[in-house]
Amino acid sequence: MGYTLKVNVNGKAQEDDVNPRVLLVDYIREKLGLTGTHVGCDTSSCGACTVHVDGKAVKSCTMFAVQADGADITTIEGMCQNGELHPLQAGFKEEHGLQCGFCTPGMIMACADLLENNSNPSEDEIRHGLEGNFCRCTGYHNIVKAVQHAAENG
Amino acid sequence: MGKLVGQPIKRVEDNRFIKGEGKYTDDFNMPNQTFAVYVRSPHAHAKINSVDTSAAEAMDGVVKVFTGQDIADAGLAGSICGWQVDFKNGDTMKEPPHPIMVADKVRHVGDPVAMVIAEDKYTARDAAELVNVDYDVLGAIVDPKAAVEDGAAQVHDDVPNNTIYDWELGDSAATDAAFENAHHVTSLSYHNQKLVPNAIEPRAALAHYDANEDKYTLYSTSQNPHLARLVIGAFVLAIPEHKLRVISPDVGGGFGSKIFVYNDECGCLWASKQIGRPVKWTADRSEAFITDCHGRDHVTDAQMAFDADGNITGLRTKTYASMGAYLSNFSTCVPTYLHGTLMQGLYTTPAVHVDVTAVVTNTVPVDAYRGAGRPEATYSIERLMDTAAREMGMDPTELRRKNFIPAFDGVEQPGYQTQVALQYDSGDYETNMDKALQVADYESLKATRDKAKSEGRLVGIGFSTFIEACGIAPSAVVGSLGARVGLYDAASIRVHPTGKVTIHSGAHAHGQGHETTFAQVVADAFGIGMDDVNVIHGDTENVPFGMGTYGSRSLAVCGSAIMKSVDKVKEKGARIAAHKLECSPDDLEFANGAWTVKGTDKSVGFGDVALTAYVPHDYPADEEPGLDFASFYDPANFVYPFGTHICVVEVDKDTGEVDVTKYVAVDDCGNVINPMIVDGQVHGGVAQGIGQALYEGAVYDDDGQLLNGSMLDYTMPRADNFPMFETDKTETPCPHNPLGVKGIGEAGTIASTPAVVNAVMDALSDYGVKDLQMPLTPERVWSAMNSNGNA
Ligand code: FES
Ligand code: FES
Repeated sequence: MGYTLKVNVNGKAQEDDVNPRVLLVDYIREKLGLTGTHVGCDTSSCGACTVHVDGKAVKSCTMFAVQADGADITTIEGMCQNGELHPLQAGFKEEHGLQCGFCTPGMIMACADLLENNSNPSEDEIRHGLEGNFCRCTGYHNIVKAVQHAAENG
Repeated sequence: MGKLVGQPIKRVEDNRFIKGEGKYTDDFNMPNQTFAVYVRSPHAHAKINSVDTSAAEAMDGVVKVFTGQDIADAGLAGSICGWQVDFKNGDTMKEPPHPIMVADKVRHVGDPVAMVIAEDKYTARDAAELVNVDYDVLGAIVDPKAAVEDGAAQVHDDVPNNTIYDWELGDSAATDAAFENAHHVTSLSYHNQKLVPNAIEPRAALAHYDANEDKYTLYSTSQNPHLARLVIGAFVLAIPEHKLRVISPDVGGGFGSKIFVYNDECGCLWASKQIGRPVKWTADRSEAFITDCHGRDHVTDAQMAFDADGNITGLRTKTYASMGAYLSNFSTCVPTYLHGTLMQGLYTTPAVHVDVTAVVTNTVPVDAYRGAGRPEATYSIERLMDTAAREMGMDPTELRRKNFIPAFDGVEQPGYQTQVALQYDSGDYETNMDKALQVADYESLKATRDKAKSEGRLVGIGFSTFIEACGIAPSAVVGSLGARVGLYDAASIRVHPTGKVTIHSGAHAHGQGHETTFAQVVADAFGIGMDDVNVIHGDTENVPFGMGTYGSRSLAVCGSAIMKSVDKVKEKGARIAAHKLECSPDDLEFANGAWTVKGTDKSVGFGDVALTAYVPHDYPADEEPGLDFASFYDPANFVYPFGTHICVVEVDKDTGEVDVTKYVAVDDCGNVINPMIVDGQVHGGVAQGIGQALYEGAVYDDDGQLLNGSMLDYTMPRADNFPMFETDKTETPCPHNPLGVKGIGEAGTIASTPAVVNAVMDALSDYGVKDLQMPLTPERVWSAMNSNGNA
């Protein structure tokens, strides 16, 4: 029943025998031990599990690991480059864009995709762009500011 | 203001969170661990005829299946209620048992019947599907008010009319007299709807029993690990407290829902001993919807009486409060001591009477959810205020101004004694409202609204001037009111030989930023840097004791315990410094990190004293070595933050959709340690309160099915539901704690809900709509606009 999955995760080649029914998020969290990617729901609603698959933000609870075969995957753990925080990571800290931190990795991954497609989004565009990510702590106010901060300093 | 206190210091905890290196319960694993899945009732009320586990047990990879009968056979009590509220006539509160899993009858959708333990979670889930439970479905009761009627389904056999207690507070006769003599009476009846907390991290547990040491370890998503240890050890599982370690690592939000000791986590701990292996359990979101304690669910009639000049002469409310199917830990105190006692609001109302009947229903248990009782009280008072102003043709701010309690600081002027038991500590309500009016530019807001209305657009302005009681609370007082715990907190300060400091905090942080604010306070107190201070919390083995985080109490209560320990360090440090400087401790003053002989430049630094305490060669004769103090702090009173929130909405005439276009929050939480964090707490709280007003609410059908039990169906507020919030503050220090602080965690949620609904009613004023049931969905708003001949 095993399937050999080859993926590149945060720049590192991985080859693993996985059960085809295993969700990508479980593979990332449990097989690779990259627990920065979180699970907040079972209906693809909350976005806590967001990662990048071939450069696009994807809810990793919504696909099977085997569907990512051959893909480049980036998780929150891969966002720091050479010890430098990604501008969004810096933005979230600067603007107090997180409280409990549970939504934060998914938020940062979703925001990175947003900025990739629109390097200077308006407040409205940011708010609409984050429709797929829930935060229960911040009221989104400082998340919007964090994205603006990253856009200005990115 | 110190170097750090009062400054928007960036949070130290963020360093791990932004890199995905936070460690939440589900991130931990143990060798040889198993995975548990609960089999839960799909029915709201049903008799269990049989539970067949054979197919599940036969499945490859299944380790064990336990049922409610196993729990009954083990003689386990299950979770308990922590607050006894007796009937008006003195009869004891009804307290039905709440077993870890049920054997005889299920009482809400989600009630656990069996637990499947397997080698991996996928197998555990598959096997749970194979457990076959034969039910006889019974009629259900959902409506809190209907629950007391004869003939309603009985949730528990030994709770007649589903009534847990009835309770009252205030002077009933005086209040009735005020209504008889009233010039004007404003009345509202509404359902303060049931809410689902939805912290984004679901509850989870990793439980392990070590037979060699006869010792239990529980990683859990708890807001208060010591309280969990106490309740589990002393009651739920009856295991020796010193043989139980509870660890709350990073926790992904709580909002009250993670205060409580849930049976689910206890079941994992018990099962771990039975099978001799660690047991891990993480709730699915759909499971969280039917197991995390919900909030609110009050059905209320509220009335306010006025004289001809608009002075409030009386307030009375009657509430039916649902506890859900079982009594969660603090469920019983929410509609009483956290709700009834708030009914003075910040007005001089001379006669107040509150009547509450607490009932069980076939729904998910209800307990404290951000604000807990105070939002319900504030909703009653503040909806009545705006409604009354409209009815009497007054400006809502003028009506408030007329009725505000005059300013008092609690030092020169005494605290304000309310009609409903509390004594407010300090307040200056009119100044606060004036500040908000100025920040919002009320005059131009009104002009904008009136212009919009003249153009046929529906713009409305809503107010909420609120007070809350938090920093719960003096132990003797709450004890006399039925609390079965003390509500102090504890903290220790360990000064290391090199002058670095570790704070062991009894309060747990799950978003509040204690690792930063507590460090700010202590670093300033000792004249050292933020980097020199570390905060440890969330582990019963590493932190001596604590009562945890809820009720906006961390800084007011645990912060005060920290300050007590700071004082002890300073006193002992002064004696050591005096020895070194060959003077009396009384000759010394401490400033900028050093003890100095007054009027001289002779001084010794904090680090020097610390080193001397641990290398006591040249040392006072009868002084113990070391510089390490623990303190408990039992608050002298609640603290009473207050504020003014102003909401502006525009209602879409064609769709009924409500858009919050402006939101101003001017809060007074006493002295502020970190304004950035305070603002963040207000933002989040306001969003949750707007959520209740416009979007959220558990919807049950008559059979007790939760119809919106997933994040697809339950409307969680999203980023595009809100404007940027405008925050500002006044600062009226608390007179009775060392930092002069109040609390801010819940203020936004308490204040915002009525402000939003008031704004919508203002927008709809030309339609003759006096009230609408929350959430104010487009359908409800549109229907109201298009009925009553309003087409
Ligand atoms: S966990 Fe993937 S969207 Fe919620
Ligand atoms: S920071 Fe807690 S959910 Fe977003």
